[in-house]
Amino acid sequence: MTEKFDAIVVGAGMAGNAAALTMAKRGLKVLQLERGEYAGSKNVQGAILYAAQVEKLIPEFREDAPLERHLVEQRFWMMDDASHTGLHYRSEEFNEERPNRYTIIRSQFDRWFSKHVQEAGAIVLTETTALELLQDARGRVIGVRTDRAQGEVLADVVVLAEGVNGLLGTRAGLRERPTRENVALAVKEMHFLPRETIEARFNLKGDEGAVIEAAGTISRGMAGMGFIYTNRESISVGLGCIVSDLAKTGHSPYELLEAFKRHPSVAPLLEGSEVKEYAAHLIPEGGYKAVPNLYGDGWVVAGDAAQLNNAIHRERSNLALASGQMAGETVAELKGRGLEPTAKNLAAYKTRMMESFVMQDLKKYKDMPALLHASSQNFFLTYPQLVSKAMQNFVRVDGTPKIEKERRTMKSFFAARSLGGLLGDAVRMARAWR
Amino acid sequence: MTKETDVRVEDKLYQNRYRVDSGRSHIKVTPHVTPSPELLALVKLCPARCYELNGNGQVEVAHDGCMECGTCRVLAEGKGDITWTYPRGGYGVLFKFG
Ligand SMILES: Cc1cc2nc3c(=O)[nH]c(=O)nc-3n(C[C@H](O)[C@H](O)[C@H](O)COP(=O)(O)OP(=O)(O)OC[C@H]3O[C@@H](n4cnc5c(N)ncnc54)[C@H](O)[C@@H]3O)c2cc1C
Repeated sequence: MTEKFDAIVVGAGMAGNAAALTMAKRGLKVLQLERGEYAGSKNVQGAILYAAQVEKLIPEFREDAPLERHLVEQRFWMMDDASHTGLHYRSEEFNEERPNRYTIIRSQFDRWFSKHVQEAGAIVLTETTALELLQDARGRVIGVRTDRAQGEVLADVVVLAEGVNGLLGTRAGLRERPTRENVALAVKEMHFLPRETIEARFNLKGDEGAVIEAAGTISRGMAGMGFIYTNRESISVGLGCIVSDLAKTGHSPYELLEAFKRHPSVAPLLEGSEVKEYAAHLIPEGGYKAVPNLYGDGWVVAGDAAQLNNAIHRERSNLALASGQMAGETVAELKGRGLEPTAKNLAAYKTRMMESFVMQDLKKYKDMPALLHASSQNFFLTYPQLVSKAMQNFVRVDGTPKIEKERRTMKSFFAARSLGGLLGDAVRMARAWR
Repeated sequence: MTKETDVRVEDKLYQNRYRVDSGRSHIKVTPHVTPSPELLALVKLCPARCYELNGNGQVEVAHDGCMECGTCRVLAEGKGDITWTYPRGGYGVLFKFG
């Protein structure tokens, strides 16, 4: 294998497939390497897919992509041990001809995506682990070494789409290993139920879907979130917490997941289901400040490997798709203009990213990860408990004068967080949001 | 707070598909006398419960149920408590759904 390619893409996840497809479509000679048995066999997601970005890559994707349900309802739950306070948004307008969001099952979706990448002309080698980047004497990346016999392959550019736990870029010193503060560990189960049961329990008809994002005492004061997503014949249930918090507190992720599943608001949704898989995966959570250098001589990095995550809007594979596409476009453009993929020329990728929604959104929320993390006790434990108490106080009718009830609610807030604390949190939250 | 009962992780992993590279662990624990706080944390943290304390108080790893999440790499590779690499191409966990 001493053939030379225009580009090697490491990884066949969202970012890698977007990059490989983009370059192959423009006539570049592309080799894509994937260590799994097939594209998707190593990948885990909730999973919500945002249509707009997929449409840019494969306009007619709705015709044959393995989509589960289009989302008509979004629920946010703030939970304490016995209750949840919910904000639900449901709209008939999401029952549109070209729906905006879908649930998907990653291993199926990635396999479908990979088929399109191959049809566009890229060579996809699965069951092949890239072991290290090959660099010339001046440090320029010129290819990769794989675990196949005579496994060295050369290319003008290597697109690192190796996911959050990518080894190649970190081993070559192009970026640092993610820190424990900058990644969450998520565990997830697939619960199977007849589709009518799912539709009845979630108030859905046909291919309509609903998703629940949950925060509160389920993460025991750690920065973390739970989720419940409806697929056609299954429900994805999972929970993730920042790794440094887990290490500090000693909570086991599967115990947290079990407790979440047993919560009185959750258990009836899952009752009688058959669990067919248990998965674990890291999620980048560092935000803007954790994004590493995006390019260098002969390489670019995209997707989770570049810590691209908008935790507030739960877009990650969306950013992986967008960054993969931009990486692919940059490389194809340089090639078209006969320019070398030097660091200087590949800087165009960063420029593109900075001008796009990807980096603009990350920048908008740049202080959010640190805020939520530093005040996780307040945001994930104290406030959910207080809100729940306040709601109960409001709803329960027991002959107590309402003025007294309000006084009790206010008192509980001040007792748990001083006035200064409450105001400070509000101001910090507003600033981080702005 | 709800009481957390003992969860049988083995039962959960039993549902999963693996192609185990027998005898070739992609994770190795560096020999030690007393485990570092990171290694000890992994006994609880590893979602597949690959890390266990042995009778002599040292931490051992069994890679069979590993889902390759990389949490142990993030926590313990930095100071050399473990070495971590990917399984050979095609081996390891194979998610049916993911
Ligand atoms: C529980 C959970 C829920 C999520 N929910 C959502 C959601 O609802 N919406 C959303 O937008 N995002 C969600 N995400 C995030 C989303 O899954 C990721 O952002 C997305 O998968 C990133 O794509 P990627 O291509 O960068 O990385 P990945 O999808 O991880 O792909 C990396 C690929 O590279 C391969 N690879 C790595 N190293 C090598 C190597 N050396 N040689 C060969 N191949 C290699 C891997 O096998 C893998 O296929 C969720 C994540 C988790 C864990």
